[in-house]
Amino acid sequence: MDQGKFVERVLFLLALSSISSLVVITVFIFLEGLPLIFQTGLTDFIFSSHWAPTKGHFGIGAMIVSSLLVTLGAMVLGVPLGLACAIVLAEFSSARVRAFLKPTLELLAGIPSVVYGFLGVIWLVPLIRNYLGGPGLSLLAAAVILGIMILPTVISISIDALTAVPDIYRDGSIALGATEWQTVRRVVLPAASSGIITAVILGMGRAVGETMAVIMVAGNAIKLPASILDPVRTLTSNIALELGYAAGRHREALFATGIVLFVIIMILNLSATLITRRR
Amino acid sequence: MTISPADSDKILQCPLEGIITLRRLNLYYGDFHALMEVNAAFQQQSITALIGPSGCGKSTLLRTLNRMNDLIPGIRITGEVVIDGQDIYTPGVDLTQLRKKVGMVFQRPNPFPLSIYDNVVYGPRLHGRPGRRELENLLEHSLSSVQLWDEVKDRLQTPALALTEEQQQRLCIARLLAVEPEILLMDEPCSALDPLATLRIEELMRELKKLYTIIIVTHNMQQAARVSDDTGFMYLGDLVEFGDTGQIFTRPRDTRTEDYITGKYG
Repeated sequence: MDQGKFVERVLFLLALSSISSLVVITVFIFLEGLPLIFQTGLTDFIFSSHWAPTKGHFGIGAMIVSSLLVTLGAMVLGVPLGLACAIVLAEFSSARVRAFLKPTLELLAGIPSVVYGFLGVIWLVPLIRNYLGGPGLSLLAAAVILGIMILPTVISISIDALTAVPDIYRDGSIALGATEWQTVRRVVLPAASSGIITAVILGMGRAVGETMAVIMVAGNAIKLPASILDPVRTLTSNIALELGYAAGRHREALFATGIVLFVIIMILNLSATLITRRR
Repeated sequence: MTISPADSDKILQCPLEGIITLRRLNLYYGDFHALMEVNAAFQQQSITALIGPSGCGKSTLLRTLNRMNDLIPGIRITGEVVIDGQDIYTPGVDLTQLRKKVGMVFQRPNPFPLSIYDNVVYGPRLHGRPGRRELENLLEHSLSSVQLWDEVKDRLQTPALALTEEQQQRLCIARLLAVEPEILLMDEPCSALDPLATLRIEELMRELKKLYTIIIVTHNMQQAARVSDDTGFMYLGDLVEFGDTGQIFTRPRDTRTEDYITGKYG
């Protein structure tokens, strides 16, 4: 066997093993979690907010709602900011400024989430407690921190989408007497829309899946929040907080929580892929 | 205007005034002198062709007329470009109004990735808040002017990018006509089209000439000869010869023009 064929085989095996580990993880999570969902009943599991795992109550409704609200809040804060930033960098900045700022923003993605959480605890939480009231550890704090954490994803993918729009569209619009802003709003943004939607969805995926920073600032109380200043516990936080001492059915319930997360993120990533492919 | 020593070697038979008059126009990209002391006058309701080898500055010259070169960093322009009696390079000129008056068709058809309808009403919507009826009139009128109306009237909401290249180029011209320009700049408008489509677009240009002033940049000398009234030959940033198309192609006065149109280079 010649060397090229051999290398090819080895690479193929390596690729296969990484894919199969993904498959094994997926199967494992479902095997561990599904029985409990069936015993509890899917509707009870998802819609009940009564979570007392040691007493046999497994309702993760409040956590699903909290996860969705925290994500929504992060989107409300992060998407306009990120999109504005991407538009400025892609359309209104010189190449030199962009070459400096884009890598800098991508560096934000490299900051460990525990550092974001730490900043949240010492800076944001007291701010909320002192100026807005409540315990400070809250849905709002988690949304703000996540809103910042998704910025690199949203900005970086949006910039790629905007710069992929051919200049002939911009020229055509400018030559019709449009200002640069009119051109961006009426031609460039629509042309880049699928890429921008992808950026938003991937940002959502990041927000839904984030754990450490959220645990540190969200307060982790298991109840439906009545206001944005209430503490909340997300799906990810729940798993991380309880896995250490969970056993038996309790442990299965955490895996079942993982299934719900898995499905949510799967749907998000799949729709991102579909939207990107549509163009 | 007095003829300065710098342009005494140029052969200008054209009238010195036109709807567009260029006086001692110079353009620099950084250190590169791309247009040198260009003087010319483009006549109303006629087609003027700019020909010359690649890199001679003909597209650059075209793009000075609606100030599209402004977007390029490091550019410097001296001299006058007078359109309708106003130097468009004096400070305070309204670029929106200028580009409404002086429209441009590009080398590659560039309809926006929107519907046919949204492409045509794009310009009018930029410049005002036209009503529904007004837009529909404009739509039919613009598309009819480029002989596209019958082909697309039943699918105005379909994506413009689904049209053929020729239809796309017609749509781009219709999009331009919708803002009611006076002057149409065409930068090799047929270079992406097949010969038959090219002929049909040329036919359209002759039709449009009745209402608009057209300046076309072309690589295709036969096209210039077929379609234009006046021709300017450019070489290395110099407008070498400018005048009646028939004369330029049959009795060129400059040997560089003669060598180019007889195919010795270019």
